[in-house]
Order: sequence, then C-alpha cells, then structure tokens
Amino acid sequence: MDRSQGRTGGIVSGGNPAPATFTGNRALQIEEPLIFEMGQPGRCGVDLPEPPPTRNDRLNGLRRLGEIGLPGLSEPQVVQHYTRLSQKNYAIDMGVYPLGSCTMKHNPRINEKVARFAGIGDLHPLQPVSTVQGALELIDRLAHWLKTLTGMPAVAMSPAAGAHGEMCGMMAIAAALEAKGERAQRRTVLAPESAHGTNPATAAALGFTVKPIPANEAGRVDLGALKAALGPDVAAIMLTNPNTCGLFESEIVEISSAVHAAGAYFYCDGANFNAIVGRVRPGDLGVDCMHINLHKTFSTPHGGGGPGAGPVVLSAALAPYAPYPWIVKNGDSWTIAEDGARVDGQPLGRLKAFHGQMGMFTRALAYIMSHGADGLKQASEDAVLSANYVMAALKDVMTPAFDGPCMHEALFDDGFLKDTGVSTLDFAKAMIDEGYHPMTMYFPLVVHGAMLIEPTESQAKEDLDLFIGALRSLAERATSGKAAEDFKAAPRFAPRRRLDETLAARKPVLRWRPSNSFKQAAE
Amino acid sequence: MSVKYSNEHEWIRVEGDVGTVGISQYAQEQLGDVVFVDVPQAGRKIAKGESVAVVESVKAASDIYTPASGEVTEGNAALADAPGDINADPMGKGWIFKVKLADPADLDGLMDQAAYDEFVKSLS
Repeated sequence: MDRSQGRTGGIVSGGNPAPATFTGNRALQIEEPLIFEMGQPGRCGVDLPEPPPTRNDRLNGLRRLGEIGLPGLSEPQVVQHYTRLSQKNYAIDMGVYPLGSCTMKHNPRINEKVARFAGIGDLHPLQPVSTVQGALELIDRLAHWLKTLTGMPAVAMSPAAGAHGEMCGMMAIAAALEAKGERAQRRTVLAPESAHGTNPATAAALGFTVKPIPANEAGRVDLGALKAALGPDVAAIMLTNPNTCGLFESEIVEISSAVHAAGAYFYCDGANFNAIVGRVRPGDLGVDCMHINLHKTFSTPHGGGGPGAGPVVLSAALAPYAPYPWIVKNGDSWTIAEDGARVDGQPLGRLKAFHGQMGMFTRALAYIMSHGADGLKQASEDAVLSANYVMAALKDVMTPAFDGPCMHEALFDDGFLKDTGVSTLDFAKAMIDEGYHPMTMYFPLVVHGAMLIEPTESQAKEDLDLFIGALRSLAERATSGKAAEDFKAAPRFAPRRRLDETLAARKPVLRWRPSNSFKQAAE
Repeated sequence: MSVKYSNEHEWIRVEGDVGTVGISQYAQEQLGDVVFVDVPQAGRKIAKGESVAVVESVKAASDIYTPASGEVTEGNAALADAPGDINADPMGKGWIFKVKLADPADLDGLMDQAAYDEFVKSLS
C-alpha cells in the first residue's frame, strides 16, 4: 500500500539499490500520514458520559448540525503519531545545529529543572501579588543581570521575542522623539544592508522610512556613507553588533557618536550578544536600546519547548518610556505597576498581557547563575573560538567572505562553488544526507551565496572536527567538477527528497482537505 | 527608444512619454525563482530612486527602485498569477510597471546596453 498519499518527494527510490519495502517504511523511518488521514470517525480516546437531556436548548438555534471532521483516534494512536513525527525532527539535543544568526546553543537541563519547581511552574499571572513576591524578585534579579551585562540603566522585561523587543525599543525612540517635538520631522531609520530583515520591518511597521546603508569592503558599515545619510530627518540607526557577517563593527563608537551628534538614537539588535557577553558592554558603545534574545544568548528554548523572550535594555534617555508593567520595590515588598499606575516616567503603554515570559525568565536566570560572571564570559569566548576554529579549518577548501578572524559565526560565500554547477542550496541539501542540519544560507544578502555557520560554544571539539570533516569532504567533492548531479539530487536519505520551494511559495496549500476517495472511505 | 539600465539592475524602455520598467536578466538570475511581486497601483506618484515594488524569490525579497520620477500608469497585474514571468521573460512579459515620465532628463544618468553589460561583467 502506498502511504505517501500522493505527496511530492516520497521515499528514496530512484538511484537507490535497495528494493522498496511493502509498507513504504524504511526500518524506523516511518511513512507517516496526516492525523486527519488516520483512525475512524467517531472513535474517542476517552469514555465520556452521555450529556444529560436538557429541556431547553440554550444554544438558541445555533447548534451545529454538520460534521466538524475531527479525526477519531485512541490515545495510543495519538501518542504514537506525534512520537513518530518528533523522531523525524532534528533538534539541538541531537547534534551540531550550525544555523548562523540563531545561536542554537545547548539548553541546560538545570534550567528545565528550576522552571518546573512547583513554586515557579504552577504560578498563575492573576495570583494576588502578595503570593508571587519571589517571582517578582526573580524578574528583578534577572533584570539586574541584564542591566549589568549590558551597562544599561533600565530594562523592559515584557517583550515576547526579538522582533517584539525591536518594536518596543523603536516605540521608546518614537516616544522620546514625540516628547521632543521631533517625531514628525524625524521619519527615517537607517539600517545596514546586512541587517536582519526584522530591523527594516520593525521600522516600517512604526511608520518610519527605511534607508539602507552599504557595507564597506571589510564587511562593516561604511562610516562615510552613514555620515552622509545622517541629518535632521533621521530618527535612529538600527545596527547589529557583531553584525550578521560575524564581524565586530570596529568603528562602533564613531558610529554612535555621529548618530547622537545628528540628534538620532542608536538601536542595537542584540541577536548576536552571545559573542560579547562579559567582554563588551553595549552601554559603553553609546547604545540607546537593545533587545536581548533570551532564547539565543541565555539558552532558553527556541520554540517547541517554550516561547522566546526579548527584554529590551534602555539608556537613561529612553528609560522613562519603558512599557508597563514595571516591577517596583516598596520597602520590603514588590509590586507590579500596571497601566495608569504612578511611576517615575511616561510608559509608552503595554506590549503584552501579564508580565512577560516567566518560564523563560526563570531559565535565563538559572543559566546566568549556574555560569556566574566568569562562566558567561567564557561561554562567549568559547563561542568565538569555535567559530574561528571552523573558519580556520575550512578556509582552504571554502571561501571566507571576508579576511581576518570572525566573531561567533563564520561566513563563507559561494566563490569555491563557481563553475562547479553546485549552488549553495545544493551544498546545504547535501549536508542533510551527511547527518547535519544545514547552516544559514543566502543570508546575509550582502554576500553572494552566503553560508553562515554559528557553532556556538556548546559543541565539543571532536564533534566540531566531525562536522568540519563532513564539510571538507563535501567541498572537495563539489569542486571536483564531476559531482553536480549528485548534489542536485540531495537529499537522498531524508524522509522527503528535495521539496519544490517555488511551487510551495507560489501555490501554498495551507490546509488539508479530504479527497473524495477519503470521504467515501470514511462513510 | 532603446533600453536603459540603473545600477540597481532595473531596466526602463521609453515609448513616447511612458517608460516600462522591469528587472534585468542578470537580476532575475541572481534572485532565483520569483514567487511574489508587489506592483504599484496606477495613479501613484513616484520619485526617482524610490522603492515602488517588491520582488520576492525563494532566496530573498528585493525592493525595486524606480529609475525615473512620474506617475504610475499601470502595474503588471498578470504577475500576481504568473510571477515566474520575471524569470522566463524579464525584459518582456515580466515587466513590472509603467510610468508616465515627469522629466526625461531622469534617464540621462542611466546606462545603455553596452555600459550595463560592462557593469555586470565587473560584478562577477
């Protein structure tokens, strides 16, 4: 029976000498149907009593008459389905996850243990404040660490992720401009060409016009071009440091001075903070605000295991505009200043229900306190060392995008693939066959056919050596000039072969609909 | 009139006082398969250098800057259903918008075919 359900890709067949199996499965690699294609209508995993007959239908004629089409499955069927799906996933708990610009570091188990303590895991955000004093102190303790590590006087804890933090920071800048009567005049936000896409998107969402600043030959912001772009119409610059080329912006102090001299603010994208914790305080560089991805630098899960969190540190100029809620200490007790409370500032409003991602705060604080100041610094140093180790080990067979050492990620361009018929995409797909999650590709856009590798500090040297060995073998094979067809055919050993990304983007199928044969079978 | 090119890889072909704008063969090759195009509405006033359209490919979303100021007379509505026209025929069916030129002098700084070919050669 063909269980591929007509989906494109399908299991490995052509070019593989092994015969097809009767089931379509390959040992533990199961051809998994969608949950809607499983089970029998009407089957139920739990034994519920019949609802008592009611005299009056309180639905007032709105009772559903048609079928809603939920699959009918027993509990073991559901558990087995999702467990099988989970085994198709690749995760940081399985191996090297070199996705550049994402900081896919290990999520220490002590974080999880602490987050599950009953006094933390069972909290409800609507509990009386008198019963959550410890939780508020925990938030304040984490805030203290974040302020100390960044050299900034204030932090807004509630933003839910990096881009949300960008929104918070840029709203604080807009509020500060409003207070100075310059909001209408300063409508331009500068962003380097290598910026994360969220930077211009955030600025545009707030009604700013985005002006790109070119990079120089060394992969850094072109200071001359930046100075030429600064003027009385500029509200802010949004800059990542280290930048998305994995390079420290060596003229960062000149940049911030020029930005401030022009009356604008400096938003720093803190996505790459993992490279500099304990070594550089963004506050010393003239940063006005910066979000911190707790799910990157501070080891909380990247989704799946929990939401992101993006606290924003703020300079003295922007601190008064931090959004509610504020955690305030009165004598010995903690209070939550909600909307309309009297605080020493002009909060820009509220960005999120409740108080932020408490579970992530707990994990991040566990990470920070289990490492200590020296451990945090060493983690950053090891992250940079690992990236430079990868760079040094590959630079003779791949082409580094820029000369010199990198920070926490190694960036290559597709120069070494020139005239081989192999593209960056093909190379990445071939990595899947070798058992590795591909690196970030085609980003940053300023580098042709970019391959951005961020090993983080989490991988042991021998595991990095295996990863490097795989990449060296692939690079040598690609440049042999005889392997283009093999690369185009990758991945061969994944649950699905090369997906048609163009068709998926042009004609996305966003929901499952039963086919006629499926409907008949169900009846 | 012949085609002229900007250094952002847009082309413009002028007939009378209306210019047709699209992206070059080189640009579509760099972008890869185009999956979505946001074209400007007719009637919109646009200034030279302004971002007026977006071409999204499997690799990246790219702003399209108008090489000349004026008023948009038509956006290529067919691209909504057939964004691949930009890959298949970037200089023909894959045109993006037409603009009624405010000032023909806008075209003076643009490259002709020979100069653009040289420019592209210098990039690789």
